Amino acid sequence: MLHIVNKSPFSSQALDSCVQVAPGGDLLLIEDGVYAASSGTVADNFMRDIMKRFRVFALGPDLEARGLADRLIDGITPVDYAGFVDLVARNKTCQSWL
Amino acid sequence: MSEEPGIKKFMFVNRKAPYGTVYALEALEVVLITAAFDQDVSLAFLDDGVFQLRKGQQTKGIETKNFSPTYRALEGYDIEKLYVEKEALAARGLTEDDLLVDVTVLDRKALGVLMDEQDVILSF
Amino acid sequence: MPNIEVNGKSYETDEEGYLVNLADWNKDVADYIAKTENVAMSEQHWEVVDFLRGYYDEYQIAPAVRVLTKAIGKKLGPEKGNSQYLYELFPYGPAKQACKIAGLPKPTGCV
Repeated sequence: MLHIVNKSPFSSQALDSCVQVAPGGDLLLIEDGVYAASSGTVADNFMRDIMKRFRVFALGPDLEARGLADRLIDGITPVDYAGFVDLVARNKTCQSWL
Repeated sequence: MSEEPGIKKFMFVNRKAPYGTVYALEALEVVLITAAFDQDVSLAFLDDGVFQLRKGQQTKGIETKNFSPTYRALEGYDIEKLYVEKEALAARGLTEDDLLVDVTVLDRKALGVLMDEQDVILSF
Repeated sequence: MPNIEVNGKSYETDEEGYLVNLADWNKDVADYIAKTENVAMSEQHWEVVDFLRGYYDEYQIAPAVRVLTKAIGKKLGPEKGNSQYLYELFPYGPAKQACKIAGLPKPTGCV
């Protein structure tokens, strides 16, 4: 299934809860969630751990808006809005960790 | 469990405390409406969502409707599957005895597995 | 907001005639609303109305018809806990019409 996180890992437990509950699957970071996709933060190692179990995507327009496009952690796939739709369409269910 | 044709497994995932935001109340209203459609409905309470089920809520002082008694009406709506995250309860110093309805306590891993089995997930 | 006038007192209702404030309710108001619904209140009607107020008091919602029917059956017996009995008392729907007379909001999950 697809998990969507839209909160910064520095101010919310959403990403934490998501990866502790979900066994794996697709993980899409959107809105402030994309801060978790940027390298060199205190969440960097945490994110790399997550990537062992999840395929991780980040919404490109949200990365660009926040000036993060050139700091994406290797292995995280940026997607555009059409890519977002594809992810939703190819997963049976979708959980937003609000 | 839900092998009958036309019946889907719906899970409502509640992760917010009751009065700080409107999520909990909105979820409850959607749950009651969904109950009319005879689907296989379950509710999961994770993180601060477990606070929704806390006994002894008194909302007079904040001039907000106390909707906690409504969780006890769910049984009458044939909604009997209420799952609560074990780790969330423990982290908040709560036990099953602090909750106003009978629930099934599951650890995160078990909840994750259950979530993967759903046809529809509604997140609040 | 439309109002209704009962015994010289004014009560606020919504555009469908439901009382806005739960605490405004009393038997005279109930009788008045019943008349506007063409329901002549009998002992059997009051029994359902009282049941609904009790249900609301306990659960803070007005029950859906199916739930009301089942709950009435449990409390007042199967001869009353069926839709035929309840629709005879409240032809426009036990939940909708009886809730209105009981001064409750429209049932949640009423489809």
